[in-house]
Amino acid sequence: MSKPSRNLERIQRSLVSRYRAEKAFRLCGIAAVTLGLLAVLVLFADIFLKGKSAFSATYIQLEINYDQEVLGIDDLSDEGALMLADWDRLHKTALRQEFPQVRKRSERRELYALVSNGAGYDLKERLLSEPELLDQTEKFWILADDDIDTYYKSLLKGRAYTARLSLAQLERVKQLIDQDRIELQFNANFLSRGDSREPEQVGIKGAMFGSFFTLVITLLLSFPIGIAAAIYLEEFAEKNRWTEFIEVNINNLAAVPSIIFGLLGLAIFINFFNVPRSIPFLGGLVLAVMTLPTIIITSRAAIKSVPPSIREAALGLGASPNQVVLHYVVPLAMPGMLTGSIIGMARALGETAPLLMIGMVAFIADVPGGFTDPATVLPVQIFLWADSPERAFIEKTSAAIMVLLAFLITMNLSAVWLRKKLERRW
Amino acid sequence: MSTTVVSAAETDSNTRSQHLMSGDQTNFLNDIQDHVTVGTCFSENAKMSIKNVSVFYGNKQAIFDASVDITENQVIAMIGPSGCGKSTLLRSLNRMNDTIEGCRVKGHISMDGQDLYSPKLDVVELRARVGMVFQKPNPFPKSIYDNVAYGPKIHGLTDSRYELDEIVEESLRRAGLWDEVRDRLQQPGTGLSGGQQQRLCIARAIAVSPEVILMDEPCSALDPIATARIEELIEELSQNFTIAIVTHNMQQAARVSHRTAYFHLGKLIEVNPTEQVFTMPEHNLTESYITGRFG
Ligand SMILES: Nc1ncnc2c1ncn2[C@@H]1O[C@H](COP(=O)(O)OP(=O)(O)O)[C@@H](O)[C@H]1O
Ligand SMILES: [Mg+2]
Repeated sequence: MSKPSRNLERIQRSLVSRYRAEKAFRLCGIAAVTLGLLAVLVLFADIFLKGKSAFSATYIQLEINYDQEVLGIDDLSDEGALMLADWDRLHKTALRQEFPQVRKRSERRELYALVSNGAGYDLKERLLSEPELLDQTEKFWILADDDIDTYYKSLLKGRAYTARLSLAQLERVKQLIDQDRIELQFNANFLSRGDSREPEQVGIKGAMFGSFFTLVITLLLSFPIGIAAAIYLEEFAEKNRWTEFIEVNINNLAAVPSIIFGLLGLAIFINFFNVPRSIPFLGGLVLAVMTLPTIIITSRAAIKSVPPSIREAALGLGASPNQVVLHYVVPLAMPGMLTGSIIGMARALGETAPLLMIGMVAFIADVPGGFTDPATVLPVQIFLWADSPERAFIEKTSAAIMVLLAFLITMNLSAVWLRKKLERRW
Repeated sequence: MSTTVVSAAETDSNTRSQHLMSGDQTNFLNDIQDHVTVGTCFSENAKMSIKNVSVFYGNKQAIFDASVDITENQVIAMIGPSGCGKSTLLRSLNRMNDTIEGCRVKGHISMDGQDLYSPKLDVVELRARVGMVFQKPNPFPKSIYDNVAYGPKIHGLTDSRYELDEIVEESLRRAGLWDEVRDRLQQPGTGLSGGQQQRLCIARAIAVSPEVILMDEPCSALDPIATARIEELIEELSQNFTIAIVTHNMQQAARVSHRTAYFHLGKLIEVNPTEQVFTMPEHNLTESYITGRFG
């Protein structure tokens, strides 16, 4: 034993270097966290800045005359007449009146291209919702074409993008601006419509519903099966070569690239079981198979972390193995199992590759109404829009990413909330 | 069923070499080599009887051919150095060893003449008749009320909520916990102090009215005051229950038990009335242990 005073000296000397090491370690940690946060922040900011303009759209105010003769309609309840009516003539007439100097045919086509080619449909909706407008005239805000939209938004930002417009069209827009008859309005269509070929008319609702229906199937299949498998493997299965084999394979499956599951879906569900392609039910099946291993692995970890003393206590009281599992193991492991499942679902929500293989990448304009309607999902929609040439799709793509992120964040928050709630119950 | 220590030649020699290495204990080597338990293992009024029991964990033998009776409405204390197999033997009395993979029990254990290891025996029923209190208090993460009510509920002991309330109150009273928790029965059992938690575990065990209560070092995680309370409680409970308690606290064994069994390296060395064990032990190993020469 050395003398106490000498020991103290040594301890003090070693303390200096220990504190230095601790400080360096802490700085490294802070740097790492800052870097990570910064990356996320930059990503989010970029997406937000690019995507926020998709939530507004350019509208042009026109004097619309719902002329009974032009439309050839006497009675608004006459379906056939509604179908036959040339609704586009309403805004075409209005545009010609607005710009009487336009005569030539080619010029006229350019003039009509100021408004979206879905404008006639909007006018029909308008008239049907307000039947007394028939044969009346009103000032109506009509959705502008995507090229006008892109130009007008870029103009407001101070960097006008004119490449897609002719001089005559620029002239007309200028006139409209001078008269205060062109403006940005909230783009309600983006949240209430399905996909479209025309960027100004696209909506995310179809993809949102597609994702929702797909995830419902995924959840309904993978959650109960995954948890049942985990409970069986962890609590009831004998430990032998078979269960070991199964365990190894589950771990392997979790690492299989997701596109392989798409091929599996194609080969088994479509070719063998003849499930129709492109539908949420099929997408849900494929994603459920993909998510299962994750759920099984996390659920087993959650079950393993239930303290053995609780099992012993229940067994010691004479609870049957089944009761121990149902009364204690499952409730105690539930927060962990739910977290694992929601993480698996979040991964499924963001998955694109396997869905490409089973036809969920088709262009589908209708909002799906159920599990067997053709649909696409959010990430595939992002992929499709990102792939489209029109400039107006850039903002739509970013906006779709925002919607996807909102979905993901909601799911993760609900995981945290569920966890908190279930843990408090005990 | 007659068994001797079988296929234990290899384990036996292991034990012996362990022995040789632990210096001081070499003197006693001869004393346990072909051991016979000294004292009075058998009892007129046996609730449980252990005959020639050996317990193995895989290839490792933890109990060597132990025989002892557990007398009805008495407390038997099991003492001995740590690792000598006290818990192992205790856990084979309600077949908690079944849950440990690779654990085998040989020999004969019976309660009221019924073989506990016969295939006809229902383990769930056995555990309702033989309750257990563990070393570390392990209340369920539920309310105090539900902790106590769980056993009666799963065994269907009551017909009405009122009856259940009565059982809960009665059990908590007997465990000496009622006055402390009567106002907060709906609060979590895990929020109680260590000593209260252990009494809650005792209340939980007696709520199913077992015939035998097994306690594995129930006070080792508690402070002296909580320990004293539990000891009082054990004394009271022994009027109605048969109790087997494992402890490494010799004063505790002396205070609460009627008979004491001394274990050494998996062998049951001596069983005698507690007074005798602590005043004039028959076996010199027992004497060395209680005089503190090892342990
Ligand atoms: N689950 C187990 N698996 C393997 N060996 C065990 C197990 N439990 C206990 N043992 C061994 O059995 C012997 C007796 O253990 P135990 O009964 O816990 O002793 P005590 O309770 O007297 O301290 C020890 O040598 C211990 O290492
Ligand atoms: Mg022990």
